Parts: sequence; C-alpha cells; structure tokens
Amino acid sequence: MSDAAATPQAVIRIERVTKIYHTGQTRVRALRGVDLTVEPGEMIALMGASGSGKSTLLNIIGCLDTPTSGSYWLDGRRVDQLDRNQLADLRNRKLGFVFQGFNLLSRTSALENVELPLLYDRSGRHGDTRALASQALQRVGLDDRRDHEPNELSGGQQQRVAIARALVTQPSLVLADEPTGNLDSAASAEIMALFQNLNDQGITLVVVTHDPDVAQYAKRLIELRDGRVIRDQPVSQRHRATQDRRELRDTETLLPV
Amino acid sequence: MRTLLTMLGIVIGVAAVILTVAVGYGAQARIREQVLSLGTNLLVITAGAATQAGVSLGAQTFNRLTVADADKLSREGTTFSGVSPVTMTRAQIVGGVGNWRAPINGVSTAYQTIREWPMTAGTFFGDDDLRARRKVAVLGKTVADNLFPGVDPVGQEVRLRNEPFTIVGVLSAKGQTAGGADQDDVILVPYTTAQARLSGTTFIGQIIASATSAADIPAAQEEIRAILRESHRLTADELDDFTVRNQSDLAQAAQSTTQVMSALLAAIASISLVVGGIGIMNIMLVSVTERTREIGIRLAVGARGSDVLTQFLAESVAMSLLGGLFGLALGFVGAALLGRLTGWSTATPPGAVAVAVAFSAAVGVFFGWYPARKAARLDPIEALRHD
Repeated sequence: MSDAAATPQAVIRIERVTKIYHTGQTRVRALRGVDLTVEPGEMIALMGASGSGKSTLLNIIGCLDTPTSGSYWLDGRRVDQLDRNQLADLRNRKLGFVFQGFNLLSRTSALENVELPLLYDRSGRHGDTRALASQALQRVGLDDRRDHEPNELSGGQQQRVAIARALVTQPSLVLADEPTGNLDSAASAEIMALFQNLNDQGITLVVVTHDPDVAQYAKRLIELRDGRVIRDQPVSQRHRATQDRRELRDTETLLPV
Repeated sequence: MRTLLTMLGIVIGVAAVILTVAVGYGAQARIREQVLSLGTNLLVITAGAATQAGVSLGAQTFNRLTVADADKLSREGTTFSGVSPVTMTRAQIVGGVGNWRAPINGVSTAYQTIREWPMTAGTFFGDDDLRARRKVAVLGKTVADNLFPGVDPVGQEVRLRNEPFTIVGVLSAKGQTAGGADQDDVILVPYTTAQARLSGTTFIGQIIASATSAADIPAAQEEIRAILRESHRLTADELDDFTVRNQSDLAQAAQSTTQVMSALLAAIASISLVVGGIGIMNIMLVSVTERTREIGIRLAVGARGSDVLTQFLAESVAMSLLGGLFGLALGFVGAALLGRLTGWSTATPPGAVAVAVAFSAAVGVFFGWYPARKAARLDPIEALRHD
C-alpha cells in the first residue's frame, strides 16, 4: 500500500494478481501472480501464446474483469474491489478499447460511433459531444468519412474509427487487443503508425499481439506464459511504422512491373 | 418488417379494446337516450305484488288498478301532474293497404304530454272524445307507414275488432326502447272507448304519471303509494298490491346489463393485448441475442447495466406505444365503420384513449422488462466474444 502512494503517477500498477476460473469441476489458473507497472507515455506489446493468460490480463487491466487476488491501481486508484457500475464508469473515463474485430455499431455513422462513449459519461465533463467526436476523427485522419457507416469503410478505416472512439474521452490508457489481426500488412502498418504517432503525443498504449513484427513497434515487450511474466524488456531495435509503410508502398508499386 | 409484425399484435389488441369499449359505451349512451325518450320524469304504476300467506306472488298477480285509482291520483296529486291510465290489448288492424297487428293502448289525453310525444300529422284526441267514447285513433309511425304508405292517414278509417275508428293524428317517430321494442308500433285510442269496445273490462294495466321535476321523483313515488294504499284500503300491515317504478330504475337495470356485457367483451379483447405483449417479449429476446455484441461494445465503452436496460425497455415501449397508437386509429375507424354498417351507435369515451395509450405503454414495460434485464446483466467479456 505504501508504495502505491510513492508512485501515484504510474498508469498501471499490478501486484501479485491471480485469476482462477471455475469451469465445472476444473479450476483454471489463468494468472498465477503477475506484477506489472506501466508509466505514462509507455507503449507496451503484450505477447504470449493462446492460453498464456494475456487475454485475462488484458480484461483485468481493462476493468472488464476483476482479479481473484492481488491488487490493481489504475491511475493511482485501487480498482480491484469495485462493483459493476464503478467499473463501467472507470472504463468510460480512464480507458479506451481497440478490438481485433473493430466492434463498431453497424448502421451507425462513423461520427456517431465515435460519439458513443461520450453519451455514457456521467461526470458531465464533456461539452459538445459532436464536436469532440469530430475532433477525434480528425486525429485519425477520417474527418471526411464521418457520415459513412462501417460497411462503407475499409478494414483499416474501420479500425481508425475504433481508435478515434477510444481516444474521444481522453483516456489515461488505450488498450488494443490484436488490433491488426484482421488487417493486411499495409493496413497493419498504417494502424501501427497511427499508434506510434499517438504514443509520441503522450498517450499510454498496451497492445496485445501474437505477431512479433507488430511487437517491434512497441517500446517495451512483455511476454506471458502459463499465467506468469517470463519476459519484460525494452524493444532493442524499434521499428518506425511510417518507414515500413513507405517501404510496403514501394514494393506494391514495384510488384506489378 | 419483423418489428411491424410484432407491433401488429398490439395494434389488433388495442383496436379490439377500443372497438368493444366504443360499442359498449355507445349502447349505454343509447339506452340513456331511450329511457329519456320514454318521457322525462315518467312514473309507471303497475298492478300486482300480492302476497298470500307470506308468499309473494310477484307483479301483476291481481289487476287491481282501476280508472278510479287514476282519477283519484289526478285529483289529489301535488308532486306529479298528468295522470293517464293505459289499457293494453292487441288486435288485428284493418285499413289502408292491408292489415297489421300492433298493441292498442287506451290512454287519456294526458298521455301525450307525459310521454312528450309530438305529432307529425293531425292532432291528439281531446277530452270530449274521451267522454263520448268516440271511436278515434292516433297511429304510431310504424303502423302509419305500414298501413298508409305515402298517404296521409288523417281522416281515414281503420277497423279494430270490426269497429271502425277514425284516424285523427299520427305520432312522430320515437325509436326503440332499451329492450329493443319498437315504440312506434302502437295505436292509441281513448281508454274509455277501449274499455267499452275492445277489452270489456274496467281494470287497467298501467297508470303513467309525470313527476313535476326530476327532484320530485322520489316524493311523487311516495305520494302515489299513499294515495293508492288509501284507494285500495290497505291496512298498515298489508303490503302494496301495486308497484311504482321510475325510469332511472329501468335505466339502471338495462345499463347494468350492458355494462356487464361490455366489460366481458373488453376482457376478451384485452387477452389479445396480452398475446401481443408476449409477441413483443419474444422479439425482444431474439433482439437481445442478436445484438449481444452491440451490448458488449456499449458495456466496454462505459455503459452501465441500467443504461442497457433503459435502452431495451425504451425500444419495447416505443414498439408497443406505436402499436397502441395505430390500434387506436384502427379502433376508431373500425367503430365508425361498424356504426355505419350496422346502425349501432358507437361512442368512445375520451378517457379510453388515455387508458389505451397508458395500457400499451405498460404492456411494453411489462413484457420488455425480462429481455431488457437479460441484456443488462450480460458479462461484457462474453458479450464481446459473441458472434
């Protein structure tokens, strides 16, 4: 407890977190004591094979789930004992989500999709929600597509709308779960470039991926296996996605020749 | 499309309720109207209710009303005016284009005033006709139309029991009674003539009188009782051998019947509303399953369970409310159409509209609650994984 006050600036502070699922008679120990601290401005790649516990950890970090034991401070606030409504409010205020399958509302314009989290705000801290949503779309470079519905947008564009939706509440932390999983390499590079760009602007990011190439865009790499952190190190040769994008474009233009 | 079909259940339910309420309410309004058409403040005295050895023999056991009673009433009455005896016989009426069978009522000149029954042709017979037992008759509209179609019957002759009667007037149409009897299917003759020429008795079936005002009805009833008890020489321990009724008794009896009927119909109609509600519940459950992912997204971006609950509840209420409004319109159109086709009077009480709207909203809340709560309680992780 005392160290919590010592580092109030940490975005994520997780200590000895475990998670046990009961499915019928069997107990699944998804997390077996994870310690993790994420400082503001970090960009973390969370890796691991399926069953390693990375989804469970992401759900706990994302306040979608609570740990069986251990402590979790988000932005200096202890959150592992909160109830459903408190967690919902916390997700709304402090967190932004980007999913593999985009998860946009169909038959709803890009602008309205981005506006959605603002409509569930209870603090009344946002003014003109339309204008804020529009600004967030500008930030991901999709202001000209504001009235398009998801099925009228490409995969990369849909994911950018989802990122705008994650940013619109100015969260402390953006969580991305396999954000490039459904995208081709050009669109993937585009999305990762956007993430790097946002990270450069000071946004803290946690990206879950099983793709080592994607992990190379992060600043720090954490790998899980069997519910434990087995690797936690800075990325030695960090790629810049903008550069890779340029190269991809070059190969594309070269290919037909 | 699916939503429309679901709404149809509510539409039909509300339309059915409105329609039955309209018919029931219309019937009641009509009864009230018809009771009034009997003549305001009408009091009807019938003979009967004799008791022998403690056993009531019911109304009209003995026909003990006489012309003397009627005379005494008209002489002594203070809270009522216009007393008329009514003798009733039926006979074949021959004249005009053929023959017709209708009740022949022997009445006094006061009858027309008591019943507030205007003429369309000719005049009512006068006191001298009554005294001289003249063979004159006043025809009801139905009789006139059947025996003298397209002809003015005044001055013509009809034969009752082979006695020629001169027609002096025709009454205006009064319509049906609450019980459905045609009041215009009647012939009025002086009661003196009727007793002498047609029935051959001095007893009379009814005496009608008119209370001086609606407020005087109870007092008039009491006064009539007192006068008749004296006239019949009843001792204090003897029961009345006659009955005095006013029209509100009649109206109440008839109205309570229609009330029960319309309540029954409305109950049956509201079953279809319940069925419609179950339809809404069904579609909402399907919708919650189909939109599980959407619910997951909303929960992930910070919607509380109560937000999701409100959203789905609002949808089901909107659905049932819209259905209710359509049903309301359909019910009104249907009631108007039914009124035109069958000639039944239909009227919708203004309160029914509010009740129908409130009720369909309530159906939406009631049947939307369970699906909405199911949506609100979804686990966001499970919901997001759903496809």
